[in-house]
Parts: sequence; C-alpha cells; structure tokens
Amino acid sequence: MQVNRRSFLQLTALAGGGLALNFYGLPSASGQGPGKPPDLTPQAFIHIGPDGVTTIMARASESGQGMRNMLPMLIAEELDVDWKDVRVKQAELNEKVYGSQYSGGSSNTPQGWEPMRRVGAAGRQLLITAAAQTWGVPETECTTQPGKVLHSGSGRSAGYGELADKAAALPAPALDSVKLKDPKDYRIIGKSQPGVDTHAIVTGKPLFGIDMALPGMLYASVEKAPVFAGKVKSANTDQIKALPGVRHVLVIEGGITPAALTPWEPGMEPGIAIVADTWWHAQEARKKLKVDWDLGPAAMQSSEGFRKRAGELLIAPPATTVRKYGDVDAALKSSAKVVEATYEYPFISHVTMEPQGATAHWKDGKLEMWSSSTLPGNGRELVAKTLGIQPSDITTHMVRSGGSFGRRLQNDYLVEAAWIAKQIDAPVKLLWSREDDIGHDGLRPAGTVGLKAGLDAQGKLTAWRHHFVSFGDDKHLASGGGIAGDSFPASFPPAYALYTSAQPLMLRTGALRAPGDNAYCWVAQSFLDEVAAAAGRDPLAFQLELLGNKKAPWTSGEHDAVGDHEPTGPSVLIPERFKGVLELVAEKSGWGNWKKQPGRGLGIAAWFCHLGYFAEVADVSVDANNKVKVNHVWAAGDVGSQIINPRAAESMGFGGVVEGMSHLAQEITLVDGKIQQSNFHNHPIIRMRQVPPIEVFWLKTDYSPTGLGEPTLPPILPAICNAIFAATGKRVRTLPLQKSGFSWV
Amino acid sequence: MLIKLNVNQVEKTVDVAPDTPLLWVLRDVLNYTGTKFGCGIGVCGACTVIIGGRAVRSCRTTVSSVGNDAITTIEGLSPDGQHPLQMAWEAVDVPQCGYCQAGQIMAAAALLGHTPHPTDTEIDTAMSGNICRCGTYPRIREAIHQAAGAGPALTAGTAARGE
Repeated sequence: MQVNRRSFLQLTALAGGGLALNFYGLPSASGQGPGKPPDLTPQAFIHIGPDGVTTIMARASESGQGMRNMLPMLIAEELDVDWKDVRVKQAELNEKVYGSQYSGGSSNTPQGWEPMRRVGAAGRQLLITAAAQTWGVPETECTTQPGKVLHSGSGRSAGYGELADKAAALPAPALDSVKLKDPKDYRIIGKSQPGVDTHAIVTGKPLFGIDMALPGMLYASVEKAPVFAGKVKSANTDQIKALPGVRHVLVIEGGITPAALTPWEPGMEPGIAIVADTWWHAQEARKKLKVDWDLGPAAMQSSEGFRKRAGELLIAPPATTVRKYGDVDAALKSSAKVVEATYEYPFISHVTMEPQGATAHWKDGKLEMWSSSTLPGNGRELVAKTLGIQPSDITTHMVRSGGSFGRRLQNDYLVEAAWIAKQIDAPVKLLWSREDDIGHDGLRPAGTVGLKAGLDAQGKLTAWRHHFVSFGDDKHLASGGGIAGDSFPASFPPAYALYTSAQPLMLRTGALRAPGDNAYCWVAQSFLDEVAAAAGRDPLAFQLELLGNKKAPWTSGEHDAVGDHEPTGPSVLIPERFKGVLELVAEKSGWGNWKKQPGRGLGIAAWFCHLGYFAEVADVSVDANNKVKVNHVWAAGDVGSQIINPRAAESMGFGGVVEGMSHLAQEITLVDGKIQQSNFHNHPIIRMRQVPPIEVFWLKTDYSPTGLGEPTLPPILPAICNAIFAATGKRVRTLPLQKSGFSWV
Repeated sequence: MLIKLNVNQVEKTVDVAPDTPLLWVLRDVLNYTGTKFGCGIGVCGACTVIIGGRAVRSCRTTVSSVGNDAITTIEGLSPDGQHPLQMAWEAVDVPQCGYCQAGQIMAAAALLGHTPHPTDTEIDTAMSGNICRCGTYPRIREAIHQAAGAGPALTAGTAARGE
C-alpha cells in the first residue's frame, strides 16, 4: 500500500509507541487520509424498538479489550437507558457514518469518550424533542429517567419505544450543542458491565472469525516459503489437485520485494493456496506438496548475523541523533561515576490464540469479507488495490477476533483470503496453522541498546546516553520498534542523548501491544535501577528524585525517524502523574517496609505510554537453580478521571502483567532466514500455575479518560528483572530470561 | 469411512478418514464450532472436550479412536447455558478475547467432575494444559472456586448482550 506522509505518520504512531501525538490528534488512521471527521448522528448509532429495546452500534473492532462494551456504555449512559435493555450490535465497516473504526494504540477510550457520550446525549435530546412536540409542551420542562421521557408539569411520561419513530425522523442536534451529565449522576459508566459477548462465549456460540460458515463455503490453507517472501519456482500442483477433497490449487505470485526496510503492509506473500471441502483436507494435501522455492535474499539472514552486525554498529558512530541536549559526553567525562551496560532483547511473535484467517466471497464483481482486522479501513484499501477493484465494491463485516495484541492491525491474511475468493468464485474461509502464524508474523523487532549514565559525588544522575541499534534503513526504523525522543527518562537527566543505528531486515515487523515501549521500558527502567544501585540509592527514591528535575525543553531538530514531533497535549509526560503511580504502588506493595530476604526481592518500575501511566511492583523468589517464581504483583494506573468499566479495566491490568511475563521467556530466532520457532512449545505462553495474585489500583486524576490496552504491560518486565536483581544480585541484561541464566519455575 | 459418534448425547454418523482429528470433525463436519483450534499439537488446550469424564485434546484425538465413549463439547455442557461453571464465568466476567474459554471451561468441568472443591494448587495442576494468551488466569481461578460453591451468590443473567 502506498501511504502518504500523513498516513505514514499515523501508522508509525501506531507502531512506534511514544509517537502517539501524531495519532491521537488526528481523526482517522484507517486509510481515509487526513480530513475532517464525519458528523456523527444518533440515528446511526442508536435504534430503539417499539418495546423500548435499544440497539446500540459498536463501531470499533473487538479482540478482547472490551470495546463492544465500553463505547456503547458511553452512548447508553447519556441516552439514559437501563443497560439491561441494551443490545449491542457490531457495526459494519463504514467510517463515513461511524467515524474511525480501528482498535489500536489504546485510542478508543480517548477518541470515543467525548463523541460517543455526545451521540448518546443527542439521542436523548431527540427523544425529548419528540415528546415535547407530542405533548405540546416546552422541551425545557421535559426530563428523562432511564428509558422514558417525563413532563414535570403534567406528570405525563412516554417510553422511548413510543417516541422512537418520531425522534428518528427529527434533524439531529449538533453534537457540541448537547449537554452532558455530571459524572456523579452516572448509572452505567463506572459500574462493571459484563462483556456483551460473554454468554455466547461460555456457551460456545459461533462468534469468532474462525466460526464463519456460509452455504457452499470452501476452506483454504496456504503453504509459504520457509523464509520471508520466497517465491514458488515449481510445485507438484497436478498431483495435489487429485487428493481427497481438494478443489483448487493456486499459485500465489505475491507482491513483496524484499528490501532493507519492509513496509507496514507489504502486500501478499507468495505461496500455494490449497482450497478443499474441509480445512483438514487442505492441510493433509499440504503435507504432500513438493515445492521448489526461490528463497531469495531473505535466506541470507540469521540471528547470529544480526547479533554480529549489531555489535559492530553499537561501537560505530551512530547513524542518527534522535534527541540530544546538554553536552552528554562532557558530563559523562566529569562524572564521579559512570555506569555502562548493553541490553539486548529478541524478536517475538504475537501468537494470538485464534490464528490468522478470514472469510471472503467474490460474486458478480463484488467482494464480501468477514474480517477480524483491527485496522479494517486499511484492510479494505489493501484488498482493493491488490485485486484491482474499487473499495466501494467491498463490504466488510467486522468479526470478533480471538486476540490481536497488534497483530490484526496488519491485513496480510485478509488480502490473502480475498485474493483466493476472487480466483475460485465461491465463499472461502482461510485459516493459518499455528506454524504459519509464527512463521509469517509481523514480528516485534529485536533491539540492542548501549547505555551510559553518569553520577555525581552525591549520587545524582548527571547524564544519560544511549545508542539504540535496531533494524531498518537509514531513514526509518522497522515498524513496531522505535523509540521516541520524549520516551522516559528523556527531559529529566541534565544531559541526554538518544542515538539510533539500523541494519537491514527482510522480514515483516509490526506493532505488538505497547509497541516500542514493551521493549524500551524494560531497557530504560532496568538500567535506571542499575544506576540507582550504583549510586547506593533506593530505586524508588532515585526515580522520584529524577522526576523532580526541571524538564529540558523540546528543541527543534531530528527527533525521531520521521521528523520533528514535539509532543503536545496529553502526549506530554506529566511528572506528577508518573510520580503518583509510583507512590501509590509503593504504598500498596509495602515497598518501604520490605525486609531483605535471601533469594527473594521486590522490583519496581513505571512507564508512560499511550497516554496512560502505570507503575508495578513484583515480589519474586529465585531458587538455587535460578528458577524464578513471581509471588505477587501490584499495579497502579492513572488513566484519568474515570474508569469506565471497572472489572474490564482490571482485566486489562491482569492482561498486561500476564502478557509481559510471557514476553520475558519468548524469542524468535532465525537460521538461514528461517524462523526456528513453530508453536507454543518453543514460543511459550505463561501458564496458570506460574501466574501470581495480581492487584490493580487506580489513581484517579482530573485528566480526560484514556485507554488501557497497552500501558499496563511495559512496567512488569523491568519490575520482575529488578526483583531478580534484588533477590540475587544478578542483572538481567539479555532477554529472554534463559539467555541470562534464569527460567520460570 | 462411516464412523459413529456420541456427541452431546446425540448419535452422529460421519463419513471421514479414520485418522481425522476429532476437532475438525466437530468443527467442520458437525458444526460444533465452540471447540477451538489453537495449536494442533495438543499443547494449548483450546480444543479441550470431555470424553468419558476426562479432559481430552480433540486436535490430537483421531475420530476413530473415540469409539462409543460419550463426547461432551461446550455446546453440550448444559442444555441452557446454566452449568455452574458457565454461570460463574458470566458472573465473574472471565473472558477477554474469549477464544480459549471453551477449552478452559471444559477442563474445569472435568476437574470439578472428580474434585468438587479444588484447592488453588489442584486448579493450577488441572488447568496447566490450557493457555490463556490474554491473561484471564486470575479470573478463571475465581470462577472455578465460585462454581465449586466457594464464592458469593451468582448474578448472571441481567446483563446486556451482543447480537
């Protein structure tokens, strides 16, 4: 997909963590380009039946963060209905009517908070107008109780169901003209509302992309080269066509040219699609495929080679200065003590529980897709371009997915399903195996960071210099792995420099939950703990003191891979909020009263990303065999003035902590361009017995509410590694844990 | 080959190769899509069903090996979605993405079948074959205890639902 500069910035923002400022200020990151957001109407979102049952459209895709609850709850609150009378329906993709429909960057809360409440309030206003006209009374004398309009003077009342037809025909009031409730009057917001799909989930109803069924539907499985973008030279397709159940064998030419930097949506990977009457028949046929691959240049890549080149780049002059203020080298030279370390983290895979897939049906020159993409507008654009059709010829049904974590912001599986559907003229469901999923993911990019920090004679931080070595070309870092010029601790040390260098990577990478931050927080907060220890200071006290420094101002220059982006508005780190979550988690965990014990330690870390602040403390035991057991985790978050759906919010807290624990033991490695991991046995997910009790606490502040998909995750990695240090005196500077001599109990 | 199966107390006859995994017969032949595919090698538990009272990975169970044993899938756990585990799952609001939850519930049902009041350790052991990528483990534990009668009264059934 060709992206213009503006949409590239948006995608980079999705992918690059701290570049969020480009993202939250803009109306759409879904391929529609810049422009005014559409005028939202209550009629588009709210449908009230004669019986008063209220259907509210959920505009965003759902992959487990609770968007089908959260956004409709905002509407229902201001509409003034009982939540039990609400039915939630997933909207089809139509961003002209619904506004942006993607789920990424923890953006649905900050972007939906105001507009969705206003949509609900406008709906309420329409119902009041309808009642006032019916009764011939002034609107100002009318009020509402859940599900009905009341007239105070006459005592008359009418249910929303009685007024709905009339209200729907009225012109919608301007959204900025309607009055919103005082938060103290909330009946729905702030009360835990169980997931609207939970009953369907626990009774096994068809719900997910993989559950799609259409009359006459066929099933597809795609064999791809063992290395990225390898092409088919020849294959025994005639033999495969004769196997049981096989209907079509299609060679996918693909549209990817391996390059030093693989773009966000590189297009279709080459391969061979087998379409059969059942997915199992397609899979069985795949086992009999004999393909002669042209593996291309990506087969030259290996983890060993990457590591060697990263080592060379680390000591060479950096390619790019992302941000620099003060004379960092002079400050280091004059420091009483210099702490120096190199941190390394691996590629990891998304491994959503539901492997990638989609269903598509090509008929009479039009395409219908059932997509679990979380960036569905981009998906449609990519499909239209690949198939040579107009986006207006595509209908996209948005289907719940079994997890995204950033994976479904990419649309490679969607375009594959659409392409196959167009060849065979029948409805087809594509499903990747787990091996396909890991072998052809858009990975979280690996990185190596060389750090130096200076301390003065009083143990105060004097300078912070880091050289971040990752992947990309001379202008851009690989998607999903950047560091922004304002990432903590930037602005707080008296002198600071962030440099980057990159080596080529012929592999797809992409956003994984808290992109950039999920790795860089581990680096920065681990090294900060290391510096505090070198200063002989308590790490919490050391960090709070650093946050008390006057922030260095942003100056114009080359501050990140795509230009100069001064953070604005809620994207600016506010030290008081950062301190606030640290102090709260310290209090809840009993940080100050901890008694040192052999083999057991507490670790603390905090982070600001995707507009949210989180601090986490881990209590960790390490046995004589370096087996790590996490005994307890405390998390404190500040995402503003209102937790919209408390139990769902707590789930996001659990989710971030548990996922971060999984990250600590995962890695993707390459030999001759081939990914060595294939399934959960060698790219493990943490299991129940390894997961500690987790407590999540909220610090409510006066700021507008922001999202929880991402900011809960980053601090747990350094919190656990800092606790390992407290327990053992050994510093984890290389992930996964096994590479530092530790493993989970 | 014609194979007879007893799925959720209904006799079914399917015409498939005998080495076809039970998972794909359930999903693509019999349309019981509640049972999910996660790994295909029996390490994630998303495909868990109950056969003869035991939690079994249907992705690694050939259809011909089941014989006359009764197969229970998530669709057949209760006639009305009111199994204590289903009610507890709703009351506790366990799921995030929800994809692994059918397998989790079936593993928990097998556990409660032989251990009606499990300890945390017994839960951890019984559930260790089931991965939750989203991190619902604390809620799963809570829901199992609740279904086992250790938790507060259940309140499922008054919530808004999706269409």
